[in-house]
Amino acid sequence: MTGLSRGAEALLPPPGRRTRRGTEATLLVGGVIIAVIVLLALVSLVWTPYDTGEINPSERLALSSDRHWLGTDKFGRDVFSLLMVGSQTTLLVGLVSVGVAALVGVPLGILSAMVPKWWGEVIIRANDLLLAFPALLLAIMLTAVHGQGVVTAMIAIGIATIPSFARVVRSGAIGVMKTEYVLAARAAGRRPLAIALRHVLPNVASLVIVQASVSFAIAVLAEAALSYLGLGAPPGTPSWGRMLQEGQELLFVAPRLEVFPGVAIALAVLGFNLLGDGLRDRFDPRLEDRR
Amino acid sequence: MLLRIAERTAVFLVSLGVSSALVFGFMVLLPGDPARVALGINATEVDVARLRAEFGLDRPLGEQYLSWTGGLVRADLGTSYISRAEIGPQIADRLQVSLILVAASMIIAVLLALPFGTLMAVHHRRASGVVLSAISQVGVAVPAFLAGILLISVFAVHLRWLPSGGWTPPAYDPGLFLRQLLLPALSLGLVQGAVLTRYVRSAVLEVLREDFLRTARAKGLTPLRALVRHGLRNAAVPVVTVLGLQLATLLVGAVVIERVFVIPGLGSLLLDNVGNRDLIVVQDVVMVLVVAVLLVNFVVDLLYLAIDPRLRTASR
Repeated sequence: MTGLSRGAEALLPPPGRRTRRGTEATLLVGGVIIAVIVLLALVSLVWTPYDTGEINPSERLALSSDRHWLGTDKFGRDVFSLLMVGSQTTLLVGLVSVGVAALVGVPLGILSAMVPKWWGEVIIRANDLLLAFPALLLAIMLTAVHGQGVVTAMIAIGIATIPSFARVVRSGAIGVMKTEYVLAARAAGRRPLAIALRHVLPNVASLVIVQASVSFAIAVLAEAALSYLGLGAPPGTPSWGRMLQEGQELLFVAPRLEVFPGVAIALAVLGFNLLGDGLRDRFDPRLEDRR
Repeated sequence: MLLRIAERTAVFLVSLGVSSALVFGFMVLLPGDPARVALGINATEVDVARLRAEFGLDRPLGEQYLSWTGGLVRADLGTSYISRAEIGPQIADRLQVSLILVAASMIIAVLLALPFGTLMAVHHRRASGVVLSAISQVGVAVPAFLAGILLISVFAVHLRWLPSGGWTPPAYDPGLFLRQLLLPALSLGLVQGAVLTRYVRSAVLEVLREDFLRTARAKGLTPLRALVRHGLRNAAVPVVTVLGLQLATLLVGAVVIERVFVIPGLGSLLLDNVGNRDLIVVQDVVMVLVVAVLLVNFVVDLLYLAIDPRLRTASR
């Protein structure tokens, strides 16, 4: 797993640099994967091939067929329908936790760049300390006290993702604060909040978008691991991680029950990673047309 | 140099203090009384009050915190609310198991990442490099516990070459120990190796563009010798950073892998006690893991100084 905790590496500079053509391909593949998952989640809100709550013992562990594209699980539930509904959990947890992290991390990063240097150091040191608490550990702690649940998972993953947003935003905001237009705005007597909103925020927006995409991938891994451990989505809530957990006891009989949700998780993570890489290069003006 | 070391040490010690307060705060200030949680909803007020008194939960928070951290410093981690067993020895036993697993995974990750990452950098314009890059990108997207499940299904279920889980102390049966260790270590190591490979690639790629490497080539060294003699040390700084972060990742990742392979490590201890609602054990195990993460970061900081002489004097 590791999923959860894989956050810290996201702070480092991106590995490698792509050419313009490579960037387009990366963006396209990542975008298509994510678009398909979002589409499936949206469709599942109104329609799934089968009701995921419906238990049908006569069709348990059916193989792939015209009736059940990906077969059925030990309760006779349609695996494809479960995957569709499970994508809701994945996207919801990702959306909320990344939202929480951005809402706290972005202002924190901008603040640390705008206050006197010494205070900025203190803020960022405190921020770095949170890095010692990987999302999985936080979630386990919260679960121990509050009991399992999707909300606990979202909060834990969100808190654990704050530091990476604050770091990335701070690095961008420090550069912006040194520009002449910010100097001019300050000389003109603009208030700090106005400078932050009008000048700093728009200039770090691209960094935030890239970070959001990468963090989303981390959140998907985290949610999957938590649900697999039985600390995330409660029984009855379809989730890819929970499907993996439920399928493991049948590994000797029906390994495909592990393969489908596994592939779904890996595709979602791959999609957000590719999207993040592609966007990072797209926003990078230094990237030349090289062959 | 000494000043730098002193500075890093101070930061490390302050981090330890603050994070112990954070862990304590998380467990104590959150709603829920540990004594009531441990006894369950059917416990009477008298029982709860007795347990609170026994474990000092009725004392002021500051006093509780000081007695907890004081115990930590003396390596006395207290006793479990439920089993009444000493927590320290339990953690020590379990930590040993987890550390063996993490070390084995790290070795696999490094053995995988160094050659493949370098190869990917040197061949980055050829098909072989692109294919390796794509494989590593997919590897990064697979959670280790999923890799574990898939490895079990191939090597334990289908081929029946290796056991699907369990743990045997190395002194008891070295052969079985290795066979049981291989799959969990591979699950963690393969995934971390994929992540590390990408950083080795970019670090080597960066170094390949440097002037000093061209100079080394010009004075007659073969590409490989130039890279080994002048390049790898320069590529080492970013790679060591990632290695440090990954070590922390692996410690936490082991929590899940231990569940997949039924290994009695620190992660199993943590999850079992989350299930039992034995909050003092949870608090101690989390603290041990956080200390481990901070310790790794501290060592990485010191390693920088050893690897890159420029950092010893220059102000950052």
